[in-house]
Amino acid sequence: MILKRFAIYLIRVFSLLFAVSVISFALVSASPVDPVQQYIMGAGPVSGEQRSEIEAYWGVDRPAAERYFSWTSALLHGDFGVSLLYRRPVIEIISERFRNSLALMMCAWVFSGVIGYSLGCVMGMNRDRWQDKIIRKLCYLLGSIPTFWIGLVFLMVFAVVLGWFPVGFSTPIGMRDSEVTIWQRLHHLVLPAFTLSLMSFSNTALHTRQKMIDVMNSEYILFARARGEGRWTLFWRHGLRNTVLPAVTLQFASFAELFGGSVLAENVFSYPGLGSAVAAAGLNSDVPLLLGITLFSTLFVCVGNMTANLLYGIIDPQIREVRQ
Amino acid sequence: MANKQDVPVLEVDGLSVSFRMYDDTDNMLAQKNLQVISDLSMHVHAGEVLAVAGSSGSGKSLLASAILGILPENAAVGGAMRYQGQEMTPDSQRRLRGTEIALVPQSVSFLDPLMRVGAQVHGDGRAHIFRRLGLPEETVSCYPFQLSGGMARRVLVSTALITNAQLIIADEPTPGMSLDQALEALRFFRETADDGKAVILITHDIDLAFSFADRIAVFYAGMIVETARAEDFSTGADALRHPYTKALWRALPQNGFEPIAGFQPYAGSMPKGCPFAPRCSFRSPRCEQEIPPIRDLCEGEVRCFYAQPHQGKYA
Repeated sequence: MILKRFAIYLIRVFSLLFAVSVISFALVSASPVDPVQQYIMGAGPVSGEQRSEIEAYWGVDRPAAERYFSWTSALLHGDFGVSLLYRRPVIEIISERFRNSLALMMCAWVFSGVIGYSLGCVMGMNRDRWQDKIIRKLCYLLGSIPTFWIGLVFLMVFAVVLGWFPVGFSTPIGMRDSEVTIWQRLHHLVLPAFTLSLMSFSNTALHTRQKMIDVMNSEYILFARARGEGRWTLFWRHGLRNTVLPAVTLQFASFAELFGGSVLAENVFSYPGLGSAVAAAGLNSDVPLLLGITLFSTLFVCVGNMTANLLYGIIDPQIREVRQ
Repeated sequence: MANKQDVPVLEVDGLSVSFRMYDDTDNMLAQKNLQVISDLSMHVHAGEVLAVAGSSGSGKSLLASAILGILPENAAVGGAMRYQGQEMTPDSQRRLRGTEIALVPQSVSFLDPLMRVGAQVHGDGRAHIFRRLGLPEETVSCYPFQLSGGMARRVLVSTALITNAQLIIADEPTPGMSLDQALEALRFFRETADDGKAVILITHDIDLAFSFADRIAVFYAGMIVETARAEDFSTGADALRHPYTKALWRALPQNGFEPIAGFQPYAGSMPKGCPFAPRCSFRSPRCEQEIPPIRDLCEGEVRCFYAQPHQGKYA
C-alpha cells in the first residue's frame, strides 16, 4: 500500500521533471540566448573559423531534438554539464549554492511559519478587536510590498545607517572559508532571511486567522462553551488542533514562493545562493547552469508539495484512519 | 407525572433576546435590533420533561444558548432567570454550564472532529454510563467521524450524563434519526427525568414530544403562545388553548393533515400585534394592535385574548 503510493509519487515526479525539461529546453532554444558567444567572451578574441569549429564541436548546428536527447542522456548519467560562467561542473555549483540557499530559505521558512501562525491565532481569537485590526492591516501592507523593495529598505536602514548587519554576502569579505565562524554566517543571514520571511508570513497569518474564525464559529466550539470551557481552554484544546494542520500544509506548499522570493532577496543582498546563481546564469547566457537550476528547483518545490500531501495523511485522523 | 416541588430547577421570567445588526437596506451604519425572543416565561421542575416545540426559525435553539449564557457577543438579553431559586448572572452561568446545566446538542458536528471520543467525554463513571447506553468500550478511541448515527447520539447524551447535571437541555435530539432511534432517545430523556432531573426538550417534532413530555410550551415567532399539558394533545384540538396549537394539532398526519395558510413572521418583520394574527381566523382589530399577555387557563397558559376554557373537561 505504502510502496504503491510511493511508486505513484515517483512516477509523478519524473513525469513532471520530463515536462519541465522539455519546456525549458524549448524556451532556451527559441530565445536569443547564445551560449557560444558567452563561451567565446570568456576565451578571448576568436576568428569566425574558430567560432564555427566551436559550434560544430558543441553540436549547436544540429537539430533541437537531437541536442535535447544528448543533454538528457547525459543528465541520466549524472552529468549536468559545465557552467560557462563559473567554468565548473553545474552539479558542483548547485550543491554549493544550495547549501547557502537552504540555510537562508529554512530560516525564513521557520520564521515566517512561526510568526505567521502566531499572529494568525492572535487575530482569529480577537476577531474585530484592536489587535486584529492592527495586525491585519500590517499583513495587507507587507503582503503587497515587493520583496526586493523591502530588502532595499532594510539594507539602507539596518546595514548602511545603523550598521547592525553586513551589507551583503554570506561571509565577511577577505576571509578564508575555513576561518568563518558560525556566528559570522548567521550575522550575514539575518537580514536576507528576515526579508524573505516577510514575504510569506502575511499569507500564513491571514489564512490562519480565517481558519481560526471558522473554528471558533463552529458547532463544536459552541458545545465546548456549553460544557464550561473558557477562552484559553478552547484555544488549547480545539483552536490549535484544528488550525495547525492547514497552516503546516500551507507552509510546505509555499516552497515555490520561497524559491521565487529567494531569487530577489539573494540578489538584493548579494547573497551567494541558488537564487543569485539563477539570475547570473540567465543574464550571462549560461545555459547549462540555467537548465540545471530549473530542474533542481522543480524537484525542490515538488518535494515541498509532496511533504504537505504526506503530512496531511499522517496527521489528519480522518484521512489516516480511513486508509487503514 | 411531574414531581412538583416548590422551587423549580429553572425559572425563566420575561426573557428577551435581541441582536444588534447593521441594517444594510438603506444605511450601512444604522444599527438595528432584531428581537428574536420576547417576553418568554417558563419553569421546569425536577422530575419533569418540558418540551419546547416550534417550527424552525422560531428562535428556540437560541433559548438554550440564552440559558447557558453562550449567545454571540452581539446579543442583548433582558429579563431574569433563576436556577434553583438563585438569580443567574453571567458569572454564575459560567459556573453552572457543564456542571449543573448540561446541553445535549443535535448532531455529531458538535464534537471536535480531531479529538477521540475518550478525550471529549471524560470524568468518573464513564465506563458505567457507556454500558448503560449500550456503547462498546472501544468507542473511546474512535474519532467522531467513525461513529454511526445512533452511537453518535448516545455519545452526545453521555456528555450530559457524566456531568451529573440537574438540568439537561436537549436541543433537537431527534432529526435525522429513524423512528426507533428517536423513540429510544426520547425514552432516555424520560428516564433521566424520572431519576429526578429536569429536562428541557427543544424540538420541532410535536408528535413525538407529547408522548414523552409532561408539558409542552409551544413556541411561535420567539414567543411562547401556549403551555399545554401532554394529555391535552391526546384529548384533541378542543382541549388546546391557542389557535396556533389547535392548527398544529390538526396538521398532524393522524389528525387530518390539514395545513395552515401563511408563514411564521421572521425577526425584523414582526407584525405590531399578536404574531399569529395574520394567519388566525379568530382575529379582531385588537389582535392587530396589541400583543396579548400570557395568562393562565385550565392548568396551562395561553397568549390569546379570545381563548376559552374547554367546555367538556374543565368547565
